[in-house]
Amino acid sequence: MTAVTTPARATRRPADRTVHASVPIRDIFVQTTALAWRALIKMRRNPEQLADVTFMPLVLTLLFGFMFGGAVAGGMVSYLPTLIPGIIAYSAVTACVAAGAQLREDMEKGVFDRFRSLPIARIAPLAGPMMADLTRYALAASLSLTMGIIMGYRPGGGVLGAIAGVLLAMVTGWSLAWMFMYIGTIAKSSQSVTSLSVMVLLPLTFVSNAFVPADSLPDWLKTLVNLNPVTHVVTALRDLLNQGAVTPAVGYALLGCAFVVAIFVPLTVRSYSRKI
Amino acid sequence: MTQDKPASARQSERTSKVTIEAPPPAPNETLAADARGLVKTFGANRAVDGIDLAVREGEILGVLGPNGAGKTTMLQMLATLLPIDSGSASIFGYDVRRQPHQVRQLIGVTGQYASVDELLTGRENLWLFGRLQGLSSKQAHSTADDLLAKFDLTEAASRSLAQYSGGMRRRLDLAASLITKPALIFLDEPTTGLDPRTRGQMWETIRGLVADGSTILLTTQYLDEADELADRIAVIDRGRKVAEGTPEELKAQVGGSMIRVQLAEGVDASAAAAVAEGVAHHRPILTPTRTGFSVSLADANQAADILIALRSNHIDIHDAAIEQPSLDEVFMALTGNAGVNPATTTEMSAA
Repeated sequence: MTAVTTPARATRRPADRTVHASVPIRDIFVQTTALAWRALIKMRRNPEQLADVTFMPLVLTLLFGFMFGGAVAGGMVSYLPTLIPGIIAYSAVTACVAAGAQLREDMEKGVFDRFRSLPIARIAPLAGPMMADLTRYALAASLSLTMGIIMGYRPGGGVLGAIAGVLLAMVTGWSLAWMFMYIGTIAKSSQSVTSLSVMVLLPLTFVSNAFVPADSLPDWLKTLVNLNPVTHVVTALRDLLNQGAVTPAVGYALLGCAFVVAIFVPLTVRSYSRKI
Repeated sequence: MTQDKPASARQSERTSKVTIEAPPPAPNETLAADARGLVKTFGANRAVDGIDLAVREGEILGVLGPNGAGKTTMLQMLATLLPIDSGSASIFGYDVRRQPHQVRQLIGVTGQYASVDELLTGRENLWLFGRLQGLSSKQAHSTADDLLAKFDLTEAASRSLAQYSGGMRRRLDLAASLITKPALIFLDEPTTGLDPRTRGQMWETIRGLVADGSTILLTTQYLDEADELADRIAVIDRGRKVAEGTPEELKAQVGGSMIRVQLAEGVDASAAAAVAEGVAHHRPILTPTRTGFSVSLADANQAADILIALRSNHIDIHDAAIEQPSLDEVFMALTGNAGVNPATTTEMSAA
């Protein structure tokens, strides 16, 4: 990067400048953090953007607990060990859907023209908001958990298990968000981003074991459910929260997330760069 | 009017590689911007249709043209914001297509619409852009404060942009382009939509930038703006360059200033025009309603001669004004058509 340390205002001639061929890793990190700061400020000034990660988890936990508890597990409190990890995964995944629409809205604003004209890493305007969104997943996960505890859930994995569960939910939200970021770069408008995203979100969350045990399903559906990374995340969350056990399911969950990231980060960056 | 480009520039495009850390040596002169045969098509529309452009270091090149002429598209290609369909462009010897990252380190871009963040304050915007361009947090703060002071925005620094006026946004936008003191600044219609006073301030700022050693490529649809600021003007119409030269050269082509006379009620316009023609030796153009005429002047003093001649022939006038040729008239002269609507011919030169 060109350092501007001299107090003189005179513009240096291009021949006297150091021009770099690529962005050093350290600078990519600084740029990403700066853009995460921007996204956090926007969040703070637009608190209604947080409704989906504050209000929704609370309402859903109440709703599912009282509505389905009796039918699925013979009682609300006995349903909670199944439900709460499912709700945590569900709210983290739901929270990451907004990433695509937000990126799209951002891309349509004038300030993105400036980002594109700056000598910054092409991934920074994508990675910055993603970093800031970690707070959204943390909020969604911990509020669902807190509501569960208020309703009588006692996680067998203790405090450590709970912390591990929230962290896993954050990793999940961050990883799966790249799918929606990709949709954000390919869709025609931010409205179509939202409708496309919902089409992906519904099977992702409901064709899983988040709310009902997979054993109760027909075989063909069970196969689909087991292919869904969210299923492994939910299983891992149940193991972490209920038993405090780091089971192979945790490994599968992380692997599933890594798989999504490996596919969708390159796709997103390529599609975003082509848009410019 | 078209300029011959030095053949050396093409060579430097070929020899420069992505790994180069300093601009390639220029045998004669490295142009700040050098575009050859630029083409951009959107569907069937050739928005930019083979434009050559050379910007020398230290000058202001004005790109003049009406809405939709392709000015902004051309500028966005040079600024790495739009892919180049065909042709080549280099900035200080760096190839725009193959070395966009290097090019971005040398340019500043101020768009037609302020490209600053609506939800941040003025100071936050400048701090962010400073951080993104490698300043430490402390440096970014002090640069932000310097620029806010320079652009008369210190008072508004902590206000959100929603409370900024159009002129303040433009100034902040320009300030944001200057954080690393770029060697080449692209200004896309910097004063469109600004009131005359703010416009004058913007002109002063732009002159100051050049005095500080920047090179500027500016697009505008106002002839007077190009005239005020530019060392050279390239006139663009329908994606093509139709003329290039100093403002004086271009105006000489059009025939200088003109007098526009509005006659008193009931006066025979043809008779008045004949009197004017006798003085100016140019054929006057009657207004569509035949209540007045306009005629080109060899020099501004002829205006007085025409008015005296009208007076001594007892022809009463209602109004008279001396005007610079309007953009549309430049276009008429340069292209012979330009799709001008005769009723609006006179409006463009108003500040």
